[in-house]
Amino acid sequence: MYQFNYERPKTLADAESLLGKADDPKILAGGQTLIPTLKQRLAMPSDVIDIGGIKELDFIRAEGDAVMIGAATRHATVSASPDVQKHNPALAALAGGIGDPAVRHMGTLGGSIANNDPAADYPAACLGLDAKIHTTKRLIEADEFFTGMFETALQDGEIIKEVTFPHPEKAAYMKFRNPASRYAMVGVFVSKGPWGVRVAVTGAGQNGVFRVAEMEEALAKNWSPDAVANIKLPAKGINSDLHGSAEYRAHLVTVMAKRAVAAAG
Amino acid sequence: MSGAVTAEGIGQPVRRKEDFRFITGNGHYTDDIARARQTWAYFLRSPHAHARIKSIDTSVAEAAPGVVAIFTGRHVADDGLGGLICGWTVTSKDGTPMKVGPHPILALDTVRYVGDHVAMVVAETLADARAAAELIDVDYEALPAAVALSTCQDEKTAQVHAEAPRNTCFEWELGNKAETEAAFAKADRVVKLDLTNNRLIPNAMEPRAAIGEYDKGSGIYTLHTTSQNPHVARLVLSAFVGVAPEHKLRVVAPDVGGGFGSKIFIYAEETACVWAAAKVGRPIKWTGDRSEAFLSDAHGRDHLSHAELALDKDGKFLGLRVKTVANLGAYLSTFSASVPTYLYGTLLSGQYDLPAIYVEVDGVYTHTAPVDAYRGAGRPEATYLVERIVETAARETGIDPAELRRRNYIRTFPHQTPVIMNYDAGDYEASLEAAMEAIDYKGFAARKSEAASRGKLRGIGMSSYIEACGLAPSAAVGSLGAGVGLWESAEVRVNPTGNIEVLTGSHSHGQGHETTFAQLVASRLGVPLDNVEIVHGDTDRVQFGMGTYGSRSGAVGMSAIVRALDKIEAKAKKIAAHLMEAAVEDIVFENGTFTVQGTDKSLAWAELSLAAYTAHGFPSADIEPGLKEGAFYDPTNFTFPAGCHICEVEIDPDTGITRIVKFVAVDDFGTVINPMIVEGQVHGGIAQGIGQALLEHGVYDPESGQLVTGSYMDYCMPRADDLPNFTLGFTKTVCPSNPLGMKGCGEAGAIASPPAIINAVTDALGIRDIEMPATPARVWEALQSAAPRAAAE
Ligand SMILES: Cc1cc2nc3c(=O)[nH]c(=O)nc-3n(C[C@H](O)[C@H](O)[C@H](O)COP(=O)(O)OP(=O)(O)OC[C@H]3O[C@@H](n4cnc5c(N)ncnc54)[C@H](O)[C@@H]3O)c2cc1C
Repeated sequence: MYQFNYERPKTLADAESLLGKADDPKILAGGQTLIPTLKQRLAMPSDVIDIGGIKELDFIRAEGDAVMIGAATRHATVSASPDVQKHNPALAALAGGIGDPAVRHMGTLGGSIANNDPAADYPAACLGLDAKIHTTKRLIEADEFFTGMFETALQDGEIIKEVTFPHPEKAAYMKFRNPASRYAMVGVFVSKGPWGVRVAVTGAGQNGVFRVAEMEEALAKNWSPDAVANIKLPAKGINSDLHGSAEYRAHLVTVMAKRAVAAAG
Repeated sequence: MSGAVTAEGIGQPVRRKEDFRFITGNGHYTDDIARARQTWAYFLRSPHAHARIKSIDTSVAEAAPGVVAIFTGRHVADDGLGGLICGWTVTSKDGTPMKVGPHPILALDTVRYVGDHVAMVVAETLADARAAAELIDVDYEALPAAVALSTCQDEKTAQVHAEAPRNTCFEWELGNKAETEAAFAKADRVVKLDLTNNRLIPNAMEPRAAIGEYDKGSGIYTLHTTSQNPHVARLVLSAFVGVAPEHKLRVVAPDVGGGFGSKIFIYAEETACVWAAAKVGRPIKWTGDRSEAFLSDAHGRDHLSHAELALDKDGKFLGLRVKTVANLGAYLSTFSASVPTYLYGTLLSGQYDLPAIYVEVDGVYTHTAPVDAYRGAGRPEATYLVERIVETAARETGIDPAELRRRNYIRTFPHQTPVIMNYDAGDYEASLEAAMEAIDYKGFAARKSEAASRGKLRGIGMSSYIEACGLAPSAAVGSLGAGVGLWESAEVRVNPTGNIEVLTGSHSHGQGHETTFAQLVASRLGVPLDNVEIVHGDTDRVQFGMGTYGSRSGAVGMSAIVRALDKIEAKAKKIAAHLMEAAVEDIVFENGTFTVQGTDKSLAWAELSLAAYTAHGFPSADIEPGLKEGAFYDPTNFTFPAGCHICEVEIDPDTGITRIVKFVAVDDFGTVINPMIVEGQVHGGIAQGIGQALLEHGVYDPESGQLVTGSYMDYCMPRADDLPNFTLGFTKTVCPSNPLGMKGCGEAGAIASPPAIINAVTDALGIRDIEMPATPARVWEALQSAAPRAAAE
């Protein structure tokens, strides 16, 4: 690590003002991505602003037809939440399948989506559930939020406050784990709700999480595994690496989509 | 032997004495040790696979906060320090010795792999050292690299060492070429197979670490290091590298958290730390991190082979012909030349009566990390080749794989193979039958069709393995090129109060010697386990010993203890005879008590121990005071553990995921001291075998030579949920070449299991071969290219 100033504000307002004052600040949430990055000397922030102590960012609230989750809420809290389990079991299961217990007890929802790792799970849930991302500056639709690999619509000094997940009628997430890292090599989130049908894919895309219009249309007409069984993604734009070719990942999207629809019932 | 059957004796599943301290965080690993005025070392490593160092400017770095000193290859060379050595010389078929390139401790003008050592920064803290290392200005001229094993011998490929044209270190052969050709000429059938044995990265739980110290008053250097063989390290560092004379160098290997071979070797880091400690006049500590371990621990395996098996019309094997290209990496590591030669070619007869064998091995340099012994060392590669081609022969001849093996098993012992080894004892069919019974081989067809009804592909595969371990005897390894002898030493010290210290030249880093060695002593002397302390790992405390690798600590290390105990018992009887005024021949020693035959006179162990030291009234010409004896033990042969592993897999054709649904291992290890520890060793070995077969792969980018699998994000270590429940069984033929009849169990799991797994996977897929690791992606791709067999919809 390089040297930096460390701050642990108690309120969101303090965090914002600290962010405004620092030269080149970085927000620290669960630290599951940022700390290894710092340790490997791949980042050299002037200030690290730890939002882990801000109570107003750590909550889960079911209100009306949605669940609101504070940005600093840990994955383990989300997966164990009775509200999430009741209204959005697919989301609870997704959170419970991230990394390992240590990661789930430290990593946060806000950190995960701000980082937008192309193999992360939460981006698929946000896109697949038409989630609303509330920041200290504005409300961003999930469709607008994830702009590319490790890229989001967030601006400098903008802090994610909470994410609103509307209740789906049906939803499920199927993850094919990278054998080594256990991140998603391909993860498919399918849902049906007031927004219609959504199919969001993580792990596979060269630009991060994306929706599959052809599958969404097919499922809108016929919500069944068979409806997507023969929809094959072109390999173009799909990741290819040591762990699998683009063709293999494209194939897995179909398999995982089929299994997700079956699991959603 | 007057052994007593007690709850703690030989054959009992005694809980490991060492576990309490390990699991409560009370172990003493090298990194736990802190020295007064200690400094920290950080190694600047090459970012290039191959580059010329045009210049190194350390001036800015030297002025950085906390920096104590910076050393480069120039300093090392100017001080007259030698390079690292390979302790085994292999001779090519044309009679020339292997072609050895220089192996400097810090690079002089060329770097030869990503992670090669360029400079050592010594500073007040690790953070200071790392920060300063970034300020060192190295002007590299990047050069093309030799990375891929398949092309590294081409004329056009970059050269790793000028000494070795076409990157070829040696072209070795073993066996009789003419006889083998003749066998092939009369064969009814020849089965051919090309095989890859994937590169593995060891990943011991504890990374390598070292603390170098120099005492100005005595001139003595002390090195604490993560070593499997501290005496060998001391010998190499004194006699070959020239750090200090042997009697002025102490090497301590305290608790060591796993080695799997990777901590046998003498590396640049500990050498530099102990050497430089005298230069800076303060202790220097280095603890590698996981990224450094990936880059610079010696890797394992990495072979390309072509094999041909000749059979007659009845399926009897007539001959085996093998050509292997073995990767040695950029430099020869401590024992690397022996691994793909004498530890590999000599095992190619497997469990079979094979009249003729001829093997050629090219050992080649590449711009990658050095490759050396890794759990099994050469024998997994041999077993993989033999058991894969035997399985392929079964499929091509239509003979059941078990039946084909039975027709070719060696059944009389001793058996001289055409490749040096003289097998002393075994019953291969007994293991095969037990394994087939345990896995319900007969019921497989029904399980396969049941799986098919669920859309899954089920396959079964076996591996009838043999390995040679208990690495020894000295005369044999010496005649094959070893620079060392492979005996073992022991000293048994009986203290005046009757408790016992055993000083062993073996080293425990996960094997449980503190328990098993104590069990031997406890059963032999009739004392409680807790009264026995096993001392190892410190050249100041223990006499010269050869260390632990090649599953040798039981067969060789414990045998040395047996010999020392024989002497203890003989002397103790003499003392007892004197004290009880009887003839030595009339003394009986049982359950820790000396009695005079036919009388009620007796003497307890503790009484005798005390008497040995009070020595009142000893006839001093006849009995010396004290009770302490030593032994150096050199066995008469290798030992030959053997057995049969059978694996059953189920493959999901949609995703390519392979699940091991059953795994049976039946092993013949001869005498077993502690079945619980032996089972643990087998479990761990199979886990590593499953890792090799399905998960692990050390991959370099073929162009740039960068290590692609440099962290757990990409290098897939086996986890608990990747493993099935193992069903273990044991058969027993006693090993005739050591007094306990032991064979060694530390590596068998890793040796036996990969071919069983790949035989099962290829059986399920209905294909000839699949490269290890058989990842989901590879399995799926195999299914796309092979005409997919009907997985009954
Ligand atoms: C071993 C391991 C396995 C993992 N496996 C998985 C997996 O299977 N699936 C998966 O999805 N993830 C996985 N992760 C990642 C994990 O989910 C992390 O929690 C996540 O990447 C980052 O969350 P964090 O809270 O730790 O963020 P941090 O590491 O603290 O921060 C990450 C980034 O987000 C920014 N940030 C954090 N909070 C906010 C905020 N409120 N507003 C704006 N910016 C913010 C930070 O500045 C930083 O740039 C794994 C991580 C590890 C270490």
